[in-house]
Amino acid sequence: MTRKQRRMTIIGGSLAVLALAAALVLNALRDSIVFFSTPSMVAEKHVAPGKRFRLGGLVQPGSLQRGDNLAVSFEVADGNAKLPVAYKGILPDLFREGQGVVAEGALDANGVFKADTVLAKHDETYMPKDVADALKKQGHWKDDYGAQASGGAKPAATTAQGNPQGAVR
Amino acid sequence: MIAESGHYALVLALGLALIQSIVPLIGARLADAALMNVARSTALAQLLFVGASFLALVMLHVNSDFSVANVYENSHSMKPLLYKITGVWGNHEGSMLLWVSILALFGGLVAAFGNNLPLSLRAHVLAVQAWIASAFYLFILVTSNPFLRIANPPIEGRDLNPVLQDIGLAVHPPMLYLGYVGFSISFSFAIAALMEGRIDAAWARWVRPWTLVAWIFLTLGIAMGSYWAYYELGWGGWWFWDPVENASLMPWLAGTALLHSALVMEKRNALKVWTILLSILTFSLSLLGTFLVRSGVITSVHAFATDPTRGVFILLILCLFIGGSLSLFAGRATSLKQGGLFAPISREGALVLNNLLLTVACAVVLFGTLYPLAMEMLADFKMSVGAPFYNLTFAPLFALLLLAVPFGPMLAWKRGDLLGVMQRLLAAGVAGLVAIAIAWGWASGGATLAPLAIGLGVFVIAGAITDIVERTGLVRVPFATALHRARGLPRSAWGTAFAHAGLGVALIGIVCETTWNSEHIATMKQNDVAHIAGYDVKLDGLFQRQGPNYREMIAEFKISRDGEAISVMTPSKRSFTTRGSSTTEAALLTRGASQLYISLGDANADGAIAVRIYHKPLVLLIWWGPVLMAFGGMLSLSDRRLRVGAPKPARAKQRLQPAE
Repeated sequence: MTRKQRRMTIIGGSLAVLALAAALVLNALRDSIVFFSTPSMVAEKHVAPGKRFRLGGLVQPGSLQRGDNLAVSFEVADGNAKLPVAYKGILPDLFREGQGVVAEGALDANGVFKADTVLAKHDETYMPKDVADALKKQGHWKDDYGAQASGGAKPAATTAQGNPQGAVR
Repeated sequence: MIAESGHYALVLALGLALIQSIVPLIGARLADAALMNVARSTALAQLLFVGASFLALVMLHVNSDFSVANVYENSHSMKPLLYKITGVWGNHEGSMLLWVSILALFGGLVAAFGNNLPLSLRAHVLAVQAWIASAFYLFILVTSNPFLRIANPPIEGRDLNPVLQDIGLAVHPPMLYLGYVGFSISFSFAIAALMEGRIDAAWARWVRPWTLVAWIFLTLGIAMGSYWAYYELGWGGWWFWDPVENASLMPWLAGTALLHSALVMEKRNALKVWTILLSILTFSLSLLGTFLVRSGVITSVHAFATDPTRGVFILLILCLFIGGSLSLFAGRATSLKQGGLFAPISREGALVLNNLLLTVACAVVLFGTLYPLAMEMLADFKMSVGAPFYNLTFAPLFALLLLAVPFGPMLAWKRGDLLGVMQRLLAAGVAGLVAIAIAWGWASGGATLAPLAIGLGVFVIAGAITDIVERTGLVRVPFATALHRARGLPRSAWGTAFAHAGLGVALIGIVCETTWNSEHIATMKQNDVAHIAGYDVKLDGLFQRQGPNYREMIAEFKISRDGEAISVMTPSKRSFTTRGSSTTEAALLTRGASQLYISLGDANADGAIAVRIYHKPLVLLIWWGPVLMAFGGMLSLSDRRLRVGAPKPARAKQRLQPAE
């Protein structure tokens, strides 16, 4: 093999791996990305049932109801719209009525958001970034949420998972 | 007084770093040994002053001096001593101070133990280190001074975030930073080589141990962080593909690639330009990680608005160093002479493939981390890129890499014999296939990918063992001869085997945990029994206890199997009054490499409590793997050729000869 051929082999191999990676990324981008919505965005856009997304907003005070076998339901509101959420499992330590929350799941046929993950990533002063941004945009922003405690090397995240697949993911 | 001294020491360190940035370079230009040696003394003095500054902050935290804002915000007088100390780096300012302390430590080590380096190379390396140090001292002093006083000192502090009040904080961040910052040395060596326009195999031999040290710490740091998240966050996840985690994974991937390409350069004097580029990229990714975590871009893009100086400052450092080093690279790289030819099928070729796959995997992670940020800034919509994305992209690339791993060490340098290697790896391949069959039969065809992945893991482990067997001739020659040969094997060969086997071990753990993890979530009352994976878990009772700075509710569970009592598990829920927040302390029961995991939810008014019980088969392998890798790294680090070091003057060589 000449020097040139060797170089071409290596360059060809590199391009092949790069092409493979690009194909994998493009393929993954099609269906593994989860978008973020607020209740009013859901109301405007008519999200199809079964399409996974992240729902963010404030837990409507007085809406939390606990059923049998760890079933809970509550409403997520953003000032303009509300969306009922059903979840089965243990809520994170920092879940409170009136506080920010992010839930991941999909709408069912009745327009109830079936969450399989509920995320509350905040302490008493901090609320989820996505929620804060969405509220800011709509003008429902309270200044005191802005003072964000600086965490350490790991973010203080608590998560609750409802189904086995969720726990694996 | 302590606070002011600490602050003053930091300012002095900045002054020293500025001198160190310029004077040695002038010395190198004028070929003046005295000026070049300034680097050595300033690096050591810098270490002294930064160390003093760090110690001052530790003392303030230990003494609970709430007149200092940093202590007030992150400490509490009732906090146990360990957490008072670890709380020093459990916040932005303190962790940046730890960052520069470790940077100064590495600079000091080069100064102290770099006696065999050519004088001008050492001067250049230390000068580049000082540029980095100056930038970060400035950052701390201008935007995140940990020694700020409060005008009216409060009586009590606000306490440390409860999630961080754990032994994990004592180990994880220092380890991680030793890894991150350790890569600054290979970066400085690369820049020094570019500035001098000279690079050879000896250069690689100097750089490799430093890279290896950083890599070992980063490996352990990431593993430790993952285990910490696993037991602390209360739902048994150990990797979330969170941007903060990706920020540590990317330098690890690039650093692993660097480790391997430096090997080619050291042994065969090839891949010089690529090795230099990787050194630059690895540390750039460390800087990017620091930027992502420390600037607030991740927790909030709008942290720029609340404290714009910090994010912009780090971004500026980032652009300056990455842009500067890459331009230097672009300008000078062509002048480096290429060496060592090799055929595509050879040890070098295998290492090139390793580098290719590692860097592409790293690029995929980088894309997944930055894409949502870019989309949010440019297109103004939000989304998240999570585990499904990485399962579809990162996992196949890594599977390909693992498939190639056993071949690398068995191929000859320069020109390899792929068919011969395949024959020698036949036993390992068969072991992998048997493992697939067993896993398939045992899982009765449930998941298709899991048995294949387990087979791959077994193949990698068996391949590592085969390599050692082949080198010692264990099967072909008498046992005593093989033992003698095993003793004579370079430690780096053992290191390679252990590190590669560690990859397989971790893979098996990951696959078993994710595929056969079982979960039981329920509300339980006293004397209720839950059944999971053959274990009976009985709730014996709930009681309250007062801790130093929290109250906790403990649930006591009796664990038995087939009527035989095994152990008692006591998960708890702690509520911290000062911060008004609570944490879940999971209880773990280790059986072999598997674990039973219990964490608590909310208690109802009628005395029932929500409970989450997991059985995680072979979960510990996930962390034993990286520990094996780090052990392999340490073995390799103790290899004779690295201990003896790069070419020395003839006299020194003679002195070392009898050691053989």
